[in-house]
Amino acid sequence: MEQKNNSLLVYTIFYFLFLYIPVLFLPLFSFNDSNYMSFPLSGFTFRHYEDMWSKTPVFRALWVSVKVGVIASVVSTVIALMAAKAFTKYKFIGSRVSYAAVLLPFLIPEIILAVSLIVIWLSLGFKLGLVPVTIGHILFCTPFCMLILVSRIEGFDSSLEEASRDLGENAWGTFWKVSFPLYLPGIIASLLLGFIISFDEFILAFFLSGSDPTLPMYMWNQLRFIKKLPHVLALGAIIIVATTFVVLLAYWLMNLGQAKEKDFKI
Amino acid sequence: MNEKYIEVRNISKHFGKVKAVDDISIEIKEGEFFSLLGPSGCGKTTLLRLLAGFEYPTKGDLLIDGIDVTALPPNKRPTNMVFQNYAIFPHINVVKNIQFGLRKLGLTKAENDQRVEEVLSLVKLEGYEERYSNQLSGGQRQRVALARALVRRPKVLLLDEPLGALDKKLRDEMQLELRNLQKSIGITFVFVTHDQEEAISMSDRVAVMNEGKIQQLSQPNELYKNPNNIFVSDFIGETNFLNGKTNEKHGDKIDVAIESLGNFKVDNRLNISANTSDIVCSIRPEAMMISREVQSDWDISLPASIKQTSYYGEMTRFYVEVKGIDQVLTVSSQHFDNQSFQTGECFVSIGLEDIALLEKK
Ligand SMILES: Nc1ncnc2c1ncn2[C@@H]1O[C@H](COP(=O)(O)OP(=O)(O)OP(=O)(O)O)[C@@H](O)[C@H]1O
Ligand SMILES: [Mg+2]
Repeated sequence: MEQKNNSLLVYTIFYFLFLYIPVLFLPLFSFNDSNYMSFPLSGFTFRHYEDMWSKTPVFRALWVSVKVGVIASVVSTVIALMAAKAFTKYKFIGSRVSYAAVLLPFLIPEIILAVSLIVIWLSLGFKLGLVPVTIGHILFCTPFCMLILVSRIEGFDSSLEEASRDLGENAWGTFWKVSFPLYLPGIIASLLLGFIISFDEFILAFFLSGSDPTLPMYMWNQLRFIKKLPHVLALGAIIIVATTFVVLLAYWLMNLGQAKEKDFKI
Repeated sequence: MNEKYIEVRNISKHFGKVKAVDDISIEIKEGEFFSLLGPSGCGKTTLLRLLAGFEYPTKGDLLIDGIDVTALPPNKRPTNMVFQNYAIFPHINVVKNIQFGLRKLGLTKAENDQRVEEVLSLVKLEGYEERYSNQLSGGQRQRVALARALVRRPKVLLLDEPLGALDKKLRDEMQLELRNLQKSIGITFVFVTHDQEEAISMSDRVAVMNEGKIQQLSQPNELYKNPNNIFVSDFIGETNFLNGKTNEKHGDKIDVAIESLGNFKVDNRLNISANTSDIVCSIRPEAMMISREVQSDWDISLPASIKQTSYYGEMTRFYVEVKGIDQVLTVSSQHFDNQSFQTGECFVSIGLEDIALLEKK
């Protein structure tokens, strides 16, 4: 018994090391007083971070990513909420097929999604830019958002909505006064994860954005110049920390809802 | 009092092939405590949800206080529901839960406050206003659900197994309380339960359901004493079924050959025809008497031997073999306990008036 637990523990430790060591090199080298990513480390510095602040293109790219991320996550969450509600409440003809259809963009290789969008967008006579990027991100985020919301709504006691109808509220009032507040942790989690997915997304942005780079594209562009590598490391380190924080927050929110739900049940 | 306060007219509800409610007609009186009783899956909840407006009937009409509500949504009906799991809104506190249903009634603030106060004292929840659902016990949640429905002063209160989640002692208390409450406020209650004791002890009338149909609709004592069929007799209380066969009719009595005991002249309440071979005689365990000596003043008194006993405090059950009867009879007695018959030999006596004749279908 002990033996088995130990081997599992060793396995777990190796697994996490394997998963996170490469990622941790970024912050490590971002504090290294050198332009090259190599050992031995040559001294501690905040220089790369300070240099980064002075670069306006970083902030322009950041702003682009935030704009796209916010719009994409809000729109995806709204679409996902409506879809999740329909799929959990009604079993209609073709509901399984359309459920799969909503999830599909999540499974198609992104590059195919990107190429097909670019073909359609250009053949419709539009110019590349942030609009198609946002549309692409909405397409890509919606399945994630829907999975989060479906799990939220499935655990939800439908008799609460019936009770609200019974107490005189119409369907609209019931949604705002009962369903929405109870879905809220799930909705916020969906907004946060939707934002992160869009914020981190590279391939769609790369194909569709034209001249306005998002933050991942900016980083990609910088990587061509060896001298600028440390800035990218510093930026990457910040993004890792911020993303981790947001994901943990979203995860906590999802669990918060779930745990409470259990208390609500008799 | 309106004799036809709720009229259920030939209501059916089918879910695909399942006939959850199968052509049911009922009339419920104003101010009545009316129970729907039946085993799991018999369609009680479906019928209640049809009354509430959560389901629409496949066929039939529904009238409440003379108004056809068949097509009205739940929020337009003069009914309110106490849900089986109470469905207390978890994100708002007790008093906001209770106020929830008042918003659409268009009362003044003072009227609202007064109603809330009244109903809180009615269900004895003063002091719990600020609590949330997860800070309440099962019994308290049940009261919140009740208060939330009653504060709207519905014409009809629908209750779906509201005591099912409570432990036995609390359930017994709440049964009495609920009954008293109903009498004092005079609102018509339609109460769903699968617990026959609960239905019998609380209701003015009970509709026993099985497989989407009403088996019998009567007052509780009628159900117990004069069941219409084997299902009701078996479902309500405990009973012994003896096999028999009818012979000649004598007015409202009929000769019945019971097991191999011979012929007896028994009440023929259900007007069963002569020479029917598939007859069942239902005899309640407590209607029979167990004794050491033969009882010559009883209609039937038979030598028997005790196979097993079980002691329940207020009574003892004897499982006895009787000569001439193919099966073990259950006889209950408050007079003797299991210490009384060491030898196992005894007599079992039956009065003919306690035999209910039923037909096998
Ligand atoms: N929404 C539904 N879809 C399909 N079948 C249903 C639905 N609701 C109920 N049924 C079926 O209708 C029948 C009656 O169900 P109902 O819930 O009314 O039973 P019940 O008497 O309340 O049982 P219980 O005591 O277990 O609550 C059951 O066979 C059930 O499976
Ligand atoms: Mg039920």
